[in-house]
Amino acid sequence: MSARHGDEAPLLEAEGLALQVGERWLCCEFSLRLVAGECLALLGPNGAGKTTLLHTLAGLRAPSVGQVRLAGKPYAAWPALEAARCRGLLVQQQPDQFGASVLETVLIGRHPHLGRWGWESAADEALARQALAEVGLQGFEAREVLTLSGGERQRVAIATLLAQAPQLFLLDEPLNHLDLHYQITTLELFRALIRAQGMQRAVVMVLHDINLAARYADHVILLDGRGGVIAGDREAVLRADLLSQAFGHPLRRVESAGRVIFVPD
Amino acid sequence: MRSGRRHRLVFAVGLLSAVLALVWALVAGDMPISLGEVFAALGGGEGMTAAIIRELRLPRAVAAFVSGGLLATAGALMQVLLRNPLADPYILGISGGAAVGALLGMTLGVAALAVDALAFGGALTAMLLVFGLAHGDGSWTQTRLLLTGVIVAAGCGAAVSLMLALAPDTRVMSMLFWMMGDASAAARPWPAALVLVVAVAAVQPFARDLNVLARGELSARALGVQVQRLRMALYVLASLLTATAVTLVGSVGFVGLIIPHLVRLVLGNDQRVLIPAAALAGGTLLTLADTAARTVIAPQQLPVGVLTALIGVPVFLFLLARHPR
Repeated sequence: MSARHGDEAPLLEAEGLALQVGERWLCCEFSLRLVAGECLALLGPNGAGKTTLLHTLAGLRAPSVGQVRLAGKPYAAWPALEAARCRGLLVQQQPDQFGASVLETVLIGRHPHLGRWGWESAADEALARQALAEVGLQGFEAREVLTLSGGERQRVAIATLLAQAPQLFLLDEPLNHLDLHYQITTLELFRALIRAQGMQRAVVMVLHDINLAARYADHVILLDGRGGVIAGDREAVLRADLLSQAFGHPLRRVESAGRVIFVPD
Repeated sequence: MRSGRRHRLVFAVGLLSAVLALVWALVAGDMPISLGEVFAALGGGEGMTAAIIRELRLPRAVAAFVSGGLLATAGALMQVLLRNPLADPYILGISGGAAVGALLGMTLGVAALAVDALAFGGALTAMLLVFGLAHGDGSWTQTRLLLTGVIVAAGCGAAVSLMLALAPDTRVMSMLFWMMGDASAAARPWPAALVLVVAVAAVQPFARDLNVLARGELSARALGVQVQRLRMALYVLASLLTATAVTLVGSVGFVGLIIPHLVRLVLGNDQRVLIPAAALAGGTLLTLADTAARTVIAPQQLPVGVLTALIGVPVFLFLLARHPR
């Protein structure tokens, strides 16, 4: 997908990918290539198949056509625990059935790093505490997750993913339930993570906010909900005409203080 | 681990309570037997007192302890499998199948050993039936499994009612005792004890996987847990434990539901701690309840299931009222 990183080994690659749910094709064949340091946003209207595509890219769903490769290897060749050390998925919030402390919940992210008989060490606990601090939840360690607000639970889920410490972060609507401040903080956090020196990291995220995608994504995949896919660099995909068509609502492109924003008419 | 010392302390207290409960079960009864005589009998002493201890009270105490442990362990596993705090070992129809088998045997008037065999067979049949029906298109979702199990349990309930209605008066009493749970006839508890020990030990290396699974299936898969295999193993194991317990003492209620919750309140929801602790606590509770059942209004004996339910219902309602939602 990216010309400027053409010679680097891609962290995530999809080749001739097409997804079918029942009788319906969610997207026709397309390819993508994501190298370390890059951020890809998946955009599209409700029900267009963004989550299905994300789960396919996470190797949790077999593609109908084509192949997905993580760090050069197809998912079938990855042992599940090894894959879990390389890529992590932030799922859309599910209700918790059983109580647990915030720290215990975040430590779940260390699972793929521990052996069959292993217990979390002091180092794992330090990582979990650091992850909580990064999402602004220091001091919440002993709190019961069932007593947290929706936004706080979302941040606990993000901290759990940080504790998992994968190279490839796959985020399904990471900004759900977050207030404006934490929306920007979260996106800045992931930007800092993938830009950190010497770290081979990348992000794929499902977003609803076109303007945040315009601000943080290097590449965009736009699903139109009728099987059409437009994939490419941010500037190539985020065009008023393409977005208006995909979302079924006229949008206007406005430039303000050096930033591009799209306003619904 | 940070709370390792607290866990060791709680386990020591649990182990001590279990031993005390078992000792009380050996000492208490119609015929008072002193602690010294109990130890003499266990050490191989002769005479009537030793015979009462070794052939009556010990097998019964062990049967109560083991089946309590089996049911509490099975309950904890079912709650993770179904991700439902209201799940208990009987929810998927295992005890219903066992009851159909056992009551069929009693209706036909077969020997006690054959009743046990029919109960175990009935439980396994119910397990395979639910598994086959819920597996259906290969999806095997929690909702589908739960609904299939509940429906099979309801069908078994109807069959049980039919047999009770048609049974001759002389047999109805023993049928009712079987269904409420009764450890008095359990003469061979040692194979079940082995099942309990092996099962608790076998779950231990997978207990962290259960912690991950309890957070949700999708995130568990993303964290490298082999969810389908794990859930199938959980289902088979929980069913076998339930079948073993029910064959031994009948369908004793509430142990499998309240013990995991009680342990969770004290120790949290880490399955590595919860499962062995639940086995210990379930065994202790059922031993105490069974000893009370045969001594409170002696020489009359109460079915132990009535006592566990009498303790279980208020405790559970209390827990439910405390639940944040």
